[in-house]
Amino acid sequence: MTNFTRRNILKTAGAAATLPLLGTMARGTAPLKVAFVYLGPIGDHGWTYAHEQGRQAAIAQYGDAIETTIVENVAEGPDSERVIRNLAEQGNELIFTTSFGYMNPTLKVAKRYKNVKFEHASGYKQSKNVASYNARYYQGRAVCGTIAGHMSETGVAGYIASFPIPEVVQGINAFTLAARKVNPDFQTRVLWVSSWYDPAKEADAAKALFDQGADIIAQHTDSPAALQAAEQRGLMAFGQSWDMSSFAPTAHLTAIQNNWGIYYVDRIAKVLAGNWSTGSTWWGMKEGAVEMSPFNDRIPAEVQAAAIATRDNIIDGSVPAFAGPISDNTGTERLAAGGALDDGALNGIDWYVEGVSA
Amino acid sequence: MLLELEARKEPSRSMLYLTPVIAVLLTMVFGAVIFTLLGYNGLAAVREIFITPAIDIGRWPDLGIKAAPLILIATGLSIGFRANVWNIGAEGQYIFGALAGTGVALLTWDMEGVWILPLMCLAGIVGGMLYAAIPALLKIKLEVNEILSSLMMTYVAVQLLYYLMRGPWMDPEGFNFPQTRLFSDSQLMPEIGDTFVHIGVPLAFIIALIAWFTMSKTVFGFQVRVVGAAPHAARYGGFNKNRTVLLSMLAGGGLAGLAGVFEAAGPFGQMVPQFPTGYGFTAIIVAFLGRLHPIGIMLAGVILAISYVGGEIAQTTLGLPNAAAGLFQAMMLFFLLATDILVKYRLRFGSAAPGGAK
Repeated sequence: MTNFTRRNILKTAGAAATLPLLGTMARGTAPLKVAFVYLGPIGDHGWTYAHEQGRQAAIAQYGDAIETTIVENVAEGPDSERVIRNLAEQGNELIFTTSFGYMNPTLKVAKRYKNVKFEHASGYKQSKNVASYNARYYQGRAVCGTIAGHMSETGVAGYIASFPIPEVVQGINAFTLAARKVNPDFQTRVLWVSSWYDPAKEADAAKALFDQGADIIAQHTDSPAALQAAEQRGLMAFGQSWDMSSFAPTAHLTAIQNNWGIYYVDRIAKVLAGNWSTGSTWWGMKEGAVEMSPFNDRIPAEVQAAAIATRDNIIDGSVPAFAGPISDNTGTERLAAGGALDDGALNGIDWYVEGVSA
Repeated sequence: MLLELEARKEPSRSMLYLTPVIAVLLTMVFGAVIFTLLGYNGLAAVREIFITPAIDIGRWPDLGIKAAPLILIATGLSIGFRANVWNIGAEGQYIFGALAGTGVALLTWDMEGVWILPLMCLAGIVGGMLYAAIPALLKIKLEVNEILSSLMMTYVAVQLLYYLMRGPWMDPEGFNFPQTRLFSDSQLMPEIGDTFVHIGVPLAFIIALIAWFTMSKTVFGFQVRVVGAAPHAARYGGFNKNRTVLLSMLAGGGLAGLAGVFEAAGPFGQMVPQFPTGYGFTAIIVAFLGRLHPIGIMLAGVILAISYVGGEIAQTTLGLPNAAAGLFQAMMLFFLLATDILVKYRLRFGSAAPGGAK
C-alpha cells in the first residue's frame, strides 16, 4: 500500500511533466504483474534454477516496472491448473508456465482469462493468448558430443533421459552425431528415468551406466546428482540447464546453459509496449538462448578448440547440428549427404541415430 | 514438579476425537514459531496456510477437488484398517483403476453416449478391486504380508502406466509425447454449473456417508470391526476372517480405483505419466487423522487440502518456500501420533507420589 501512495503522489505531482513519456508505456503506472510457475524447487540448480535466473534478469532490467511472483514445485496436471488459475485470479497479466505438462492446464485456464497473456515453455499448442517458447538445447548437445568424442576412453557415453519426446530425442541424436564425427565407433547408452527431477533415480542411473562401461555422462534431467556420482568415480559428466561445476569441480566438463533471461526481457517489453502477440519461439545459440558454461581446465586446448568450432559452425549455419548423411540405429539412411533436418522433421523426431541404444 | 503418564482404565473417547484437533492447533502454534524464527512472518504464514483457504469461498472449489480423491481412498482404506488389514498400496489400486477407466475411454474415443462415463467408472472400480485382490489372495492363501505385497504392487502399476503411455496408448497425434489423447465430452466428468468442480467431488462425500452407514448399520460393518478388534471373538462368533480380509481389501481397492477414474476423467482429462501424485499414500494420513471414521475422514481430507492450497497461497503472497506446506503436513502427523498417547494415558502433574504409575 505504501508503494501505491508514493506512486499516487508521483502521478499527481508529475502528471503533466511525464505525459509525453507515457506514450510507450501504454499501460499506465502500476507495475506489470508477471508470474512464473516452476516445476522443481529453485534449488534444483538445473531447469528451474535457469528459469529463476531468467526472472532475475527481467527484474534487473525493469526494476519497479514489474512485480513478479513465483510458485515452485508445482506438479504437472490438476495442481498446476489450480496454481495457474489462482495466479490469473490474483491479477497477474503475464504468466510463464515452465514445463511441458502445464500445456493443457495453461490452455484451459487461458480460455477463462482472455485478458491475461500466457507463455508456455516446451509445448506444441498455442492459442490467442497462449504463446509457446523453447530453446534449441540440441545445439549445445552437439558441442558436448564433440568434447565426449575426444575425452571418452571407453568410447561409450551414458545418457540419462526423462521421456522420449522430440526435445529429448533431438539431444540424444545431436550428441551422438557429434561424438561419432570424432570417434566413428562412439556409442550412447540411454537410460530412461521417467522423471524430470528425481536426484535419487538420476544418481542410480549414472552408477548403472558407469557399470555398463560408460565413462562420461550426459543428462536430460534437472539435478546435479549424476555429476556427483561421476565425481565420486573419478569419471566425467556434462551439466544440464546451468553451470553445475560447484557440485563436481573435476567431473564437470561444461554445461548447456539455458539463458531464458533474454526471452523474458523481450516478452515483458512487448507487454509493456502493448504489442504482445501469440506465437512460437525457438531460439538457440545464435540468439544467445543456449550457451556453454566455462570449459573445465582438464579439457585439452585442441579439444576446446574443436568444441568452439562446432559451436561457431552451428551459429553461422555452415555445419548444422543435424547435417547429412544420417542413418538411424537400424541402419536405414534417414538423410542423404549435403542435407540438413529442418525444424518440422526435428519437431516430430522419433528415431535414434546410429550408435544409440535406447 | 513432574509430569507423569497414568494409564487409563479405558481409552478416553473424548481424547480420541480431541487429539486430532489438538494436533492441528499445535501445528499452527509451532509453525508460527518456527517460521518467525526463520525470519518470515510466522502468524501470517499460519493465516495464509490454514485460515485463508478455509474462509475464502472462492477457494472452496479447489479444496473440494483436492480433497475428493483423498476422502474416497481414505474411506476405502479405513474399512481395511478397522479389520487390521494393512493395505498400503492404495496408490497402485488408484493407478490401476484409472488405467482400466482410461482403457474404456480409448476404446470408445470415437463414440458418444451417456453410458460411456458410467462404464469407465465401473471399469475403475473393478480394476482397483482386481489389483487389491492380488495382495488379499496372497495373504489368505500363502500368508504373505499384505503391507509389503500391496506396497510393491504400487511400483508395478507405475511401470505399467509408463509402458502404456510410451507405447500402445500414446496419442498418435501427440508428437511422441508420452500421454493419451484428450478424453471426449462423453468421457469427461461433467462440471457443476459454471464452476470447474466436477461431479466426482460431491460423489466422494456421498460415498463416504454411505460407507459410514455400511460400517455402523450392517452386519458386514460389524463383522469387519469385530475381526479387527477381537479376532478370537470373531472366530467364536462364526465370522470368516479370510472373507473379511478379502472384502475389506476389495472395498479399499474399489474405492481407490473409482477415485482414479474420477481424477483421470475429471481434472486430468487424459492419462499422463505424471498421473500418480501420491494421493494413495496421503490418504493413509487422512484415514488416521480422521480416526478411521467417515465424518472424520471428510474433515481430515479437507484439512489436508487446505494445507496444500494454503501452501501455494503462502508462496504467492508471502514468498514462503514450497517446503513450508510439507513441513506443516509433517508436523500435523507428528503431533497426532504424539498426542495419541493421551487416548490411553492421562497426564498427571505433581510430585512423584508413591504408587503413581511407573
